Amino acid sequence: MEQLLKVSNLQTGFKNDREIQKVLHGIDLEVNKGEIVGLVGESGSGKSVTSLSIMQLLHGTPGKVLAGEINYKGVDLLSLKESEMRKYRGKELSMIFQEPMTSLNPVVKIGKQLTEIIMLHLKYSKKKAQGHAISMLESVGIPRAKDIMESYPHELSGGMLQRVMIAMQISCYPSLLIADEPTTALDVTIQAQILNLLKEIQETSNMGVLFITHDLGVVSEICDRVIVMYAGRIVEELSVDRLFEDASHPYTKGLIKSIPIIGQNKKKLFSIPGTVPSPRNMPKGCKFAPRCEFAMDICWQKEPALLDSNYGKSRCWLEAEDKEEAYDSKYSYRS
Amino acid sequence: MLQFTIKRLLSLLPLLLVVSFVVFMFIHFIPGDPARLMAGQDASLEEIEDARNALGLNDPILVQYTTYLSSLLQLELGESYRSGIPVIDLISDRIGPSLILTFLSILWALVIGILIGIISAVFRDKLPDRLGMLTAVSGISLPNFWLGLVCIQIFSVQLGWLPTGGVNDGLKSYILPSFALGAGIMAMIARFTRSSLVQTLKQDYIRTGRSKGLSSQSIIYGHALKNSLIPVITVAGLQFGFLLGGSVVVETVFSFPGLGQLLIDSISYRDYPVVQALILFFSVQFILVNLFVDILYSLFNPKIRYD
Repeated sequence: MEQLLKVSNLQTGFKNDREIQKVLHGIDLEVNKGEIVGLVGESGSGKSVTSLSIMQLLHGTPGKVLAGEINYKGVDLLSLKESEMRKYRGKELSMIFQEPMTSLNPVVKIGKQLTEIIMLHLKYSKKKAQGHAISMLESVGIPRAKDIMESYPHELSGGMLQRVMIAMQISCYPSLLIADEPTTALDVTIQAQILNLLKEIQETSNMGVLFITHDLGVVSEICDRVIVMYAGRIVEELSVDRLFEDASHPYTKGLIKSIPIIGQNKKKLFSIPGTVPSPRNMPKGCKFAPRCEFAMDICWQKEPALLDSNYGKSRCWLEAEDKEEAYDSKYSYRS
Repeated sequence: MLQFTIKRLLSLLPLLLVVSFVVFMFIHFIPGDPARLMAGQDASLEEIEDARNALGLNDPILVQYTTYLSSLLQLELGESYRSGIPVIDLISDRIGPSLILTFLSILWALVIGILIGIISAVFRDKLPDRLGMLTAVSGISLPNFWLGLVCIQIFSVQLGWLPTGGVNDGLKSYILPSFALGAGIMAMIARFTRSSLVQTLKQDYIRTGRSKGLSSQSIIYGHALKNSLIPVITVAGLQFGFLLGGSVVVETVFSFPGLGQLLIDSISYRDYPVVQALILFFSVQFILVNLFVDILYSLFNPKIRYD
């Protein structure tokens, strides 16, 4: 499979008051052509920061990429100047955001927001760009596309706006699409439609998709591979076919157990006790140890490395067991 | 839109009625006898009484008010007690210079104020921002009569480039007064633009714009500025209203033949018809400016639809 994106040892921090607080502690991930990779984790696990770091959209936030490499088709995006990076955004890598209602400009007509990106990257004339925009809107299932071009965002529903957003971000045929919880803000019925639409587009265009979500149900439906994040680290990676049977990390297992199943008459839904520790208060060893029912002595002392497991990779002492070399000196997490 | 404008104009009628009544009553509570003033200092009691009858000051208040209203409707604003010239002529002679002065002041204040606001917001907390906000604070803090006097001293007296006052030198005579008048407004607009733009630049759709590969310029001019200008319009509109009637101090400094001067002169002579007409005129134009601002809102923000 052709590799599109390879992120290695990505470290991102947030400046607050005087110090820099690291929130991503060396993320490694790959997205291949024609593949949908799910990036899963609780709120605060660093999923969105990862995607914004890849797009280099941390500008205007206190966030800053501290180290690592983001290799896209052989080019290290982090070494690019802002003016060069702009040529990639929207053209090569596109992004769909969580809140369609606030992610489109309320005072600019839909048509202009669409043609703007088309004229910028495909160098079309205004008229040609409008034609292209209308056909893009039609391709994402928007009826009366011509009228919609003349509408303002507040005149459309959330689901429609997310379709507009998708049409906009795929209008310049990007090779990689980053979807940051694109269905979280939508009704369940609309969610399914948007997921199907994304899957369909991905299949016809053969682009790579990094799909960020906290919903394992969604992952199992559309992803090929899943990466689980916890506290700014990747804790498990495996193919979706294996997810439900062969997940090895207790955190992943906990996430799976907490999916409600229709028809199962449980009084109380399972939930992982506790919350994600704050970056200021990280435990010394495995970051999941305080919430883990299998935590051993070593878990409290040393952080395990991301090692090959039966069907993927896992960052857990249970997997590593005797492998003392598992302690990876490459990344020192005692920050 | 047209329907909305007509509706709004009609709804102004009761407001105007109230304003006219307040204006009419207000003048009766001010101490001083206009009949005595009109008849002259050494008039006999009978002459004063005649003058009072001629002015209708002996009629019941309500009768006086209806007479006043009906003449208003015919645009007969009476004659000046002082000079005998019809009030409408007095006002129309001075409205031109006043309007030009107001427009020029607001215009430069808007252009420069918005520009400084944008620069400050874009380079937030950096040197250009500090310089911009220093300019803004100076503009707000320096009183405009002082600014006017300093300008006259430098540009008229020492350099001799511009006239010291009056309106006899065409556009040149407007430069200094409009600068002095606009400085405070420019400062206010700069501050409003900055804070509003800073807020807008934090919005999700700005991030979307970046994700599309747009440059900072296209984001600011194409996506952020329009959303940021609503508070700026509000301020500019209010200031426009104040300026038309409230530029008395600056008009005095530059011996400018404007409406503010006329108002002050008329008040000191208890020239009732002129004062009444001017106050009414200022109220009406204030109401109209507000209506205009309301209409502008809907042009800048499509979410504001009135019909």
